[in-house]
Amino acid sequence: MSGYLSGVLAILGINIIFAYSIYITAATGQLNLGGAGFQAIGAYACAILSNEVGLPIPITLILSAVLGGMISFLIAFPILRTKGVYMVLATFAIAEIVAGIILNSDYLGGPTGIVINEYIETEIVLLVAAIIIFLVFYLMSTRIGLAMRAVHDDDAVADLMGVNKRAVQVGAFTLGGAIAGLSGGLYALYFGFVEAQYFNANISIFVLLYVLIGGTQTAWGPLVGASFFTLIPEALRIGDDWRFFIFGIIIVVMMIFRPEGIVTRDAIERGWSKFFPGGRNA
Amino acid sequence: MMAFEQVLQQIINGLMLGSIYISVAVAFTLAIGILNFLNFTIPALYMLAGMVGWSLSHYGLPFGITGPLNWIISLVIGVICAIFASLLVERFTYRYFKMKHGDATEHAIPLVSSLGFLLIFEYLILVAHGSDTRRFSTPFSNLDWHIAGFIISIPQFISLVLSIFIVAGLSILLNRTKVGRALRATAENPDAATLMGVDVNRIVPIVFILTGFLCGISAAIFAINYHEVSPYMGDHVGTKAIAAMVIGGLGSVWGAIAGGLIVGLSETLSIYFFGASSAQITVWGLLLVLLIFKPTGLFGHNAIGKGKF
Repeated sequence: MSGYLSGVLAILGINIIFAYSIYITAATGQLNLGGAGFQAIGAYACAILSNEVGLPIPITLILSAVLGGMISFLIAFPILRTKGVYMVLATFAIAEIVAGIILNSDYLGGPTGIVINEYIETEIVLLVAAIIIFLVFYLMSTRIGLAMRAVHDDDAVADLMGVNKRAVQVGAFTLGGAIAGLSGGLYALYFGFVEAQYFNANISIFVLLYVLIGGTQTAWGPLVGASFFTLIPEALRIGDDWRFFIFGIIIVVMMIFRPEGIVTRDAIERGWSKFFPGGRNA
Repeated sequence: MMAFEQVLQQIINGLMLGSIYISVAVAFTLAIGILNFLNFTIPALYMLAGMVGWSLSHYGLPFGITGPLNWIISLVIGVICAIFASLLVERFTYRYFKMKHGDATEHAIPLVSSLGFLLIFEYLILVAHGSDTRRFSTPFSNLDWHIAGFIISIPQFISLVLSIFIVAGLSILLNRTKVGRALRATAENPDAATLMGVDVNRIVPIVFILTGFLCGISAAIFAINYHEVSPYMGDHVGTKAIAAMVIGGLGSVWGAIAGGLIVGLSETLSIYFFGASSAQITVWGLLLVLLIFKPTGLFGHNAIGKGKF
């Protein structure tokens, strides 16, 4: 594998994991515009644990996911009291506060960032990405996944049908935070360097766009969305500014033609019936 | 100067900074209060007005217009550009989805689309002008008022008064005129407003014209006061204005004024007491605490912004 290709694949893997973290919350109908904050928590946890404590890589990765999950569990209760636009802005506020705390803390390196001594290969990133994809697909096929979809479509009806709405929302938010922390840990270990300025509002916006453009109806959405927006700019091979300009145009056009995202439940059903005319179970 | 007087000077500076946030926060609050639309193009419109104003005054105006008031004509053209850009956004986000999906706010579609436009405008300017901060020169570089040992910059004072006047005018427009009544009716229920004879398709662009106008004016005030513009100027002001809007309460014009001043004050005071990068924590921490204990903000209406995405 050439250096360039392995670099692109590693970024793709990290982006996919990050997109799934936002997808898990979006699948219960809540938009998380603070993804960068949770990723930063995982990245810094990983940096500190491997530099100062000297733990082996698999354990630092697991601990960065656990820490991301724990912090999002704690803030899930106040955050989930808010709804709609307020919730979007509350998550946005969390990310800004996390970045602000990191910038002000000498222990966390402040604005200069931290260099990490450990290093992981692209293969590890891709392996973890595959595991996360598998886990999310499995989760969405269980009763819990069904409950999440029900809360997404209509939380009042789901509540009436006996779905524990609160538990589903808090659980999804916590799991999302854990996966975001994991993606942060992988980022830190792959690039060997973390700085607070990287985890800015643009990162949160982009990852939310990966998910919304990919589609929140099925677990294929974030995979397709993250791959699309990581690989297309590489394929176009143009300057950075034009790249984001075209990204913007693609978003506007996509919203016009496929407002529910690239992959929808409908599209999958139609695809099935094309190959198996008798229906899925025939 | 004594410490107490320094703090007072910081309070004055904070109120001046807040005046920049006020107009942008009002732009946000109008879009969300009337259309239930979190318009993320607002930072880009703000930046567009500033950068177009700068490039016209720097490279010279078209039709050979020159003279001492060069900069003011450039800024006015910048504001007009922001208004047209805002109408473009209306055409391709809000109106389009309204026609196609009925209630446009049912999904997060307009929000996502406006994020797309944010990228388009921002990177268009970056491609054209690069990412450098540009100096915006105006005749008043050193017009400070010294009152009892305090420094008040006259352009800043004028802009504070001006933004309060604009917002007061807006409040009169909303509450006293026929257009205002139609806007409020649309805010309450677009379908009922249509049945009552309000042409919603003609009322909605007014919101976007006001959005572009408020952003443009605010950017012009910023350029005159701080003598600089950059392609990133919208991001900072935009996020602070969102905070101001939420603190004041979504959909409330006077709340946006209060929120803008509170954010400006807490920003300068926390920079004074705790250092430059603490402002981020103070402002957003304040917002988060407020959201948890009073989820509607200071003056917000209960129903606004609670809708499902």
